[in-house]
Order: sequence, then C-alpha cells, then structure tokens
Amino acid sequence: MTLQTNLDHIETENQYNDILSNNENVMICCGRMGPMCVPVYADMEKLRDEYPHVKFYDMLFDIPDAQVIRNLPECLGFMGLPFTVYYKKGKVVKAASSIQMRDQITAILDEQFS
Amino acid sequence: MENLYDVIIIGGGPAGLTAGIYLSRSKIKTLLINEGIIGGQMSLTHEIANYPGIESISGYKLSVNMQKQAESFGCEIISNVKITGYNLKKDIKLITINGKGDYKSKAVIIASGGKSQELDVPGEKDFAGRGVSYCATCDGDFFQDKEIIVVGGGNSALEEAVALTQYASKVTVVHEFDYFQAHKYAVEQVTNHPKIDFILNSTVSGFYGSQSLEKVTVKNLKTGEETDKKIDGVFIFIGYVPQTEPFRKIVKLNKRNEIIVDDKMMTDISGVFAAGDCIAKRYRQITTAVSDGTKAALNAIEFIN
Ligand SMILES: Cc1cc2nc3c(=O)[nH]c(=O)nc-3n(C[C@H](O)[C@H](O)[C@H](O)COP(=O)(O)OP(=O)(O)OC[C@H]3O[C@@H](n4cnc5c(N)ncnc54)[C@H](O)[C@@H]3O)c2cc1C
Repeated sequence: MTLQTNLDHIETENQYNDILSNNENVMICCGRMGPMCVPVYADMEKLRDEYPHVKFYDMLFDIPDAQVIRNLPECLGFMGLPFTVYYKKGKVVKAASSIQMRDQITAILDEQFS
Repeated sequence: MENLYDVIIIGGGPAGLTAGIYLSRSKIKTLLINEGIIGGQMSLTHEIANYPGIESISGYKLSVNMQKQAESFGCEIISNVKITGYNLKKDIKLITINGKGDYKSKAVIIASGGKSQELDVPGEKDFAGRGVSYCATCDGDFFQDKEIIVVGGGNSALEEAVALTQYASKVTVVHEFDYFQAHKYAVEQVTNHPKIDFILNSTVSGFYGSQSLEKVTVKNLKTGEETDKKIDGVFIFIGYVPQTEPFRKIVKLNKRNEIIVDDKMMTDISGVFAAGDCIAKRYRQITTAVSDGTKAALNAIEFIN
C-alpha cells in the first residue's frame, strides 16, 4: 500500500535499507493523506528539482514495514504526523514531527546536505 | 507582465477558497497564497455537521473539495509558503514570497483567519507534537487507550472531546469556569458521556516529561492550589486569535487586532478587502467565512472593473 502522491514510495523494509545504503542524502516523509502530511509531500515534490543531490521518498505510516521509521530512537515521543526523517550516509541527522513549512524543510536540507 | 494577477487572496481557509471560486469562475486572474494548511481551521475539524446541504463531512475532506473546486475554475494556489513582504498601499499591490519572488495584483483579499490560542505556560511549546496538540483529527489516534486532557469549554473543545473518546480511554475536560460557553447539545453530549469527566475552575499551568509528555500541573483558579496529574496527552481548544500580525501596520485593526472592513468588505486601503475570521465580527463559522469570501470576491470584481 502506498500514499497517493507523486513521490517515490517506500513499501518494504528491504527497499528502505537499499535506499539508505545507496544514497548519500535522503529525506523520507512517513504519514497519511491527512491535513498535516499533504503539504509536506507537496513541498517535497517541488523540491526534487531544486535539490537534485537529495532523494525524496514517502512511506505510508500504517503499513507494518513502516516500523523502521516509527521505531527510530529519533522519533521516540513523536505524537503528530507526519514523521519526517533526514539521513546522511544512512544515518539519521534530523527528525521532525507534524507539519513543516517549506522554509523549515529547506533550512534542514541546506544545513545537512549542502 | 509575469506574476501580475487581477486579485491575490491571502489565506486558504473557507473564506479565501470561496473568494477563489467566485473570482476564477468569473474569469478573473486569481492567485491564492496560503501560509499553512489548505482549509485553515476547517481542515483541523473532526466532523462538520452544520454546513448546509452536507449532513456530515470531515473538515479535511471539505477543504480538499473547496480547493479542487477553486482550481477547477483556474484559481492558482501556492501553499505552505511564507510571505515576507507586503506593499498594498499603491494601485498595483506587491506581495513577496520567500524564495519565490514578487507577485502583483490590482486588488487583494486578506483571508488570514485565526490560529489556536496557546495557554502560554512552561513546557507547552517543548511538547507540541510530543503530547500537546491543537488538532484532534490529526493526532487523536496516537492516544489509543490513553488518558488525555482537553482544555477549554466552548463548542470546539466539547465537540472535539467527544470525538477523542473514540481513541482515548478517558478524557478529562479542564475548564476555567464552572459553566461551559457552548451550545446545549454539546454540553449534554459531554456531561452524559461515560468516558468524560471534568475539572472545573481550573487550568493547566505546566507541561512536564522527557521524550514525550508525562504529566501536567493543574491549577485551581479559585484557590490557587496546584496539583500534578499524570497524563499522556493534552488537546488545547481555548479559542482563536486573529492572524493579523503582518497587517498591523498596513490596514486598520480594532483593539482585538481584527481587521475593520466596510459594507463592501473593503479595509481602509483602496483595493484591499478582508474576509472571514480575521475581520471584526461576532460569529466565526465556516458559513460566515464563506459568506464573507463571496462578498469580498464580488466587490473585488466590481472594484477592478
Ligand atoms: C477545532 C475547531 C472546530 C470547529 N468546528 C466548526 C464547525 O463544526 N462548524 C463551523 O462552521 N465552524 C467550525 N469552526 C470554525 C471555522 O473553522 C472557522 O470559523 C473558519 O475556518 C474560518 O475560516 P477563515 O477562512 O476565515 O480562516 P481560517 O480557517 O483560519 O483559514 C485561514 C488560512 O489563512 C492562512 N494564513 C494566515 N495568515 C496568512 C498569511 N499572512 N499569509 C498567507 N496565509 C495565511 C492560514 O494558514 C489558514 O490556512 C471550528 C474551528 C476549530 C478550530
């Protein structure tokens, strides 16, 4: 099961692990098609062209394999969707819960992946 | 000229989206710029049961429907961005979006609505998204079988408290008075609900925990006594403040920071209209926002023609 976005989707834990081992800069937004999540996906879709050195993915929060994100120590205590996680060389460098404005996303992308 | 519109609408709640529908359907070149979530406060509402013609709909669904309707007529929408500059006094209005540049128009409709009033007590900001929430629809299911507090005693607080009982094992309504400022049906629903109880004449005065919220202090407003209460989540619905800070030095506001408009929904600046929860008015509902948006759009059309 995937989200109805134009982003590339992650559906399995294996796919998640492959993506993290094969890409240096990755942003994954794990959520639903809800009011706080949709604006983040929309921004990620637009940011793909501006940040070609970053890979953007989404993952449906409710599929069992999304536990790879739900159970990240960096997401402990998060109680608002979506969970947005930024990875550099496979390691989490930043994680945020709930809606993020475009400015907040680009600030993290610039800081972590420039 | 690039980026020149007939009308720019600021805000994508029901007032702004309605204006977008009316303007673009009249072939007026329209841009709607929204800082937050499309649908505004409406999208945060669990169930809307008082929008005529629709028995029951989630606020999010109604928001998406209104957005689609506006776009189907050609309204351009830029959302989740920050406006950094307003130059509204001249005939051609100029709005600057961070990272995107300047947008010009002959008229502007401000429909910036309201935002959740915060308690403004220690820990509230630290635990936002970690146990403190202002949206039952968005965060409710993180509290499956957990104990939560709803702060507030108006219609929104009581209706959302009932909605949250589908997840939480127990909901405690903490309210500053010993009576509710809500409609009779909402009061009856909460008072008869087996999962809901009350702490009256009180407020939450602090939020504490480590990774996520673990406890709050509840202050009795009559005696001043503070007691700790273990809790998994707190939902705050204590009213809304108009989102008019950016316009404070631009258009005339009243003492409550609401925009003053005339009977054509025009502010004290020619060609700048306002609609919805951001204006000075008594009743703040989706229907009244939709009505304001309609009037502002029709008057804006007359103005630019
Ligand atoms: C929990 C809750 C339950 C409710 N239940 C009901 C109900 O059942 N029935 C009912 O009729 N009403 C209900 N209401 C009230 C109703 O939602 C509001 O009256 C209505 O949404 C107001 O519409 P608006 O367009 O004026 O403003 P808003 O809905 O507040 O939308 C304003 C939009 O403008 C954006 N914005 C703000 N400032 C700027 C800026 N400077 N630049 C660009 N964009 C900006 C905001 O991010 C937001 O998206 C409820 C409200 C809440 C919070």
